[in-house]
Amino acid sequence: MMRAFFRVAWIVVKKDLTIEVRSLEILSTTIFFAVTVVLMFSFGLVVDGRPLNDVAAAILWVAIAFSGTLALGRTFERERHNDTLRALLLAPADRPALYVGKLAGILLLLALVELVLVPLVGLLFAAPIFVHGFHLVALLAGGTIGFTAVGTLFAAMLVRARSRDVLLPIMLYPMTVPVMIAGVRGTAALFQPTPDLAVAQFWIGLLGFFDVVFVTLALWTFDPVMTD
Amino acid sequence: MRLRSLLLCGCLIAMPIAATAAQPPPSGDFVPVDETLPGEQIPALPLIATAYGFIWVVLLGYVWTIGRRLQKVESELAALESRGK
Amino acid sequence: MTRSTLVMLALAAGMFALAPWMINAAPNEATMGLVYKIYFFHMPSAWMFMVAAIASGIASARFLFLKRPSADGWALAAGELAVLFGAFTLVTGPLWARKAWGVWWVWDARLTSSLMLFMIFVAYLLLRKYGGPGSDKLGAGMALFGMANVPFIYVSVNYWRTFHPLTSVVPTLPVEMGIPLWYCVTAFTLLFIVLLRMRARLEHQRARVEALYLLEDES
Repeated sequence: MMRAFFRVAWIVVKKDLTIEVRSLEILSTTIFFAVTVVLMFSFGLVVDGRPLNDVAAAILWVAIAFSGTLALGRTFERERHNDTLRALLLAPADRPALYVGKLAGILLLLALVELVLVPLVGLLFAAPIFVHGFHLVALLAGGTIGFTAVGTLFAAMLVRARSRDVLLPIMLYPMTVPVMIAGVRGTAALFQPTPDLAVAQFWIGLLGFFDVVFVTLALWTFDPVMTD
Repeated sequence: MRLRSLLLCGCLIAMPIAATAAQPPPSGDFVPVDETLPGEQIPALPLIATAYGFIWVVLLGYVWTIGRRLQKVESELAALESRGK
Repeated sequence: MTRSTLVMLALAAGMFALAPWMINAAPNEATMGLVYKIYFFHMPSAWMFMVAAIASGIASARFLFLKRPSADGWALAAGELAVLFGAFTLVTGPLWARKAWGVWWVWDARLTSSLMLFMIFVAYLLLRKYGGPGSDKLGAGMALFGMANVPFIYVSVNYWRTFHPLTSVVPTLPVEMGIPLWYCVTAFTLLFIVLLRMRARLEHQRARVEALYLLEDES
């Protein structure tokens, strides 16, 4: 049972990766978009050549949220194109496994984006990204999983809806406010001149809890929501 | 009709706000004593009037639109049902 | 409209008409003076806002998991009322704060979380209006997530900032202030029930009209 579940999820991931590797369309555009977002914010938030307090963490997370939305939209747009999502849903497979597969694919994509984004922010804003690397990775992982868990469900639901491009961010951003606050405050605590590990750990804990609740809830709702 | 009622609602909401904004700031040499008591620089009444006025206007408007829409749907329903028989 | 709805509507209207006298009779508060009287409409609005959000979440869950078609009408009605009472809360709050705190808005925990919950339900209504076919299910999913999100928003925002008078104010209120307050809470609850029933009825009748048209097309 469990093995079949993960096999289906793995097949979905493999399918998405094969398509993506061929063109690298979503990966390259998303990375470049994230870099652009960082630069746009820098022009607004750097005064007299010096960034304002805590700006690095805020820019990092806003860039993740924006590029995450873009990646979610593009990934499901691809499924919509030839109505392949319907075919996937018709396949004799566990629906939640399809969700997990999609989630894992987008997480992998965003991890690659963050691999470029985090060093860039560290470089431009002199943020100490390696000092407490483990905590930073935990924050990034917890935040990205939380954001994508809700985002994958909503993007999948919206595939057949009208005006989905604008509805996805409208629905997703208010819903992921806890993730954004936790990510920004936790990362800001790490980027301080004297990092505050207790604060960072509190936010990592909250993110972990958020991830568990929302992934469970999404697994539970994916089936009834995607049924015609 | 709808535009006009919207405009009317807008005016009703805007009036108390304008009244609040139009209050001259306590300034210069001639300041009555009872107005400079700490915490009383901003008159409270326009704020309260705006708060209650807003709720009243929006509520009445909302009840009115629901009532109208309900009437329309129910007359349509009655027409359909009598046609079906 | 059913007879009971009309009776309740008349009762709620009567209570609202009397409310200004009740509130006027309450004494002024020591530090905030006259302006605290916004409280008598502000707090019941905030409560009804919460109740509407929870009702919408529960109705959505019933629609999604128990497949009750009529639950969708209730969910939409409650969602709309959440936006209505949320707007009351978010408009009266700053008017009070302007006087009591000197600014229109502070990034306090409760203010921020109320604003976020309000945003979630505005998004819900936008989705229901512009989502096209199938948006009832999408909306149900969203309302469900919105409800589950409330504690997280609250905890995260709480650790981020805090300013607002605590919930413990209510039981410690003196009697002269307590009576008008509970009067207003009753009026708002009654109003909430009436509006919910009217709005849900509108939705249910619409569904019936649509079903009848479909039936006509087939025959």
